[in-house]
Amino acid sequence: MNKIACVGDRDSVRGFMAIGFEVRTADTAAEAEKIVKQLAAPDSGYPIIFVTEEYYNAMPQLISAFEEKAVPAIISIPGKNGSMGTGFAAIKALTEKAIGADIALNT
Amino acid sequence: MATIMKVNPTRMELSKLKKRLATARRGHKLLKDKRDEMVKQFLELVRKNRELRAVVEANLKDVQTSFSVASATMSPQAVEEALICPKQSIELETSTRNIMSVNVPKFDYSMTGKDSDIYAYGFVTTTAELDVAVSALSNIVSQLVELAETEKSVQLLASEIEKTRRRVNALEHVMIPNLEVTIKSIVMKLDENERGNITRLMKVKDMMLAEARQGERV
Repeated sequence: MNKIACVGDRDSVRGFMAIGFEVRTADTAAEAEKIVKQLAAPDSGYPIIFVTEEYYNAMPQLISAFEEKAVPAIISIPGKNGSMGTGFAAIKALTEKAIGADIALNT
Repeated sequence: MATIMKVNPTRMELSKLKKRLATARRGHKLLKDKRDEMVKQFLELVRKNRELRAVVEANLKDVQTSFSVASATMSPQAVEEALICPKQSIELETSTRNIMSVNVPKFDYSMTGKDSDIYAYGFVTTTAELDVAVSALSNIVSQLVELAETEKSVQLLASEIEKTRRRVNALEHVMIPNLEVTIKSIVMKLDENERGNITRLMKVKDMMLAEARQGERV
């Protein structure tokens, strides 16, 4: 019984309720961090947690704590204000970490 | 700079070190191959991740726009009410896939509820814009799940590649040179001992010969 969770401010994530995601709203970044921590706990049943970029950027320690674990996947999604480029920045950082240079950028 | 290890310069140690060097060389080669293959896989995944993210972000932007329009035409309470009780639910099946001995998650989702039945509300209190937004969102679920899977795989592979690279470098620039100079120094020491021994024997022989000659003369 695993579900997909989605954390963010009300306006950004309420749509996900309609398609059966488990939606948790948060008004502040600190609140969001607390919620994500709960959802990410082992065996809580949320292998995928989508977090709006705004809050995603505010909890770097929590994100990196789960980076090397197979689950949960904590993934940033653009919120109501549109993409801030967090996702692409993360991909770039990972490429640099793995290869030493962002050589995949040009392709 | 390679440093000589603190070991006794004996033949025992020498053969031990030679074995270790052979193992280190073999390990280095294997790890290097592993790293190269992982980088290859990683690049493919990164490329896929980049494409997927571009698509998902573009789609989500449309969805957000639709929702903004919907909430402009409806009261916030009505929007909330329409969305709060979904007919659909998504169940996620998690398994793992092995990429070069890195376990990456694989997500399979199943939706309960029919595709035609995503609207969990009556049409009286809601507007058409909301329908558009909801259907657009339900169309990108598969992309979202795939994005999560790819992005997680990229993260996991990146840290594994980093670890492997460190090991390769440690073997290549520390372990192997250290072993080599230590072996060299032991060989030199043993040779030196050997030469010392020969010189001593020659000297003793000379002394004995000299003694014998003196004995003859007397």
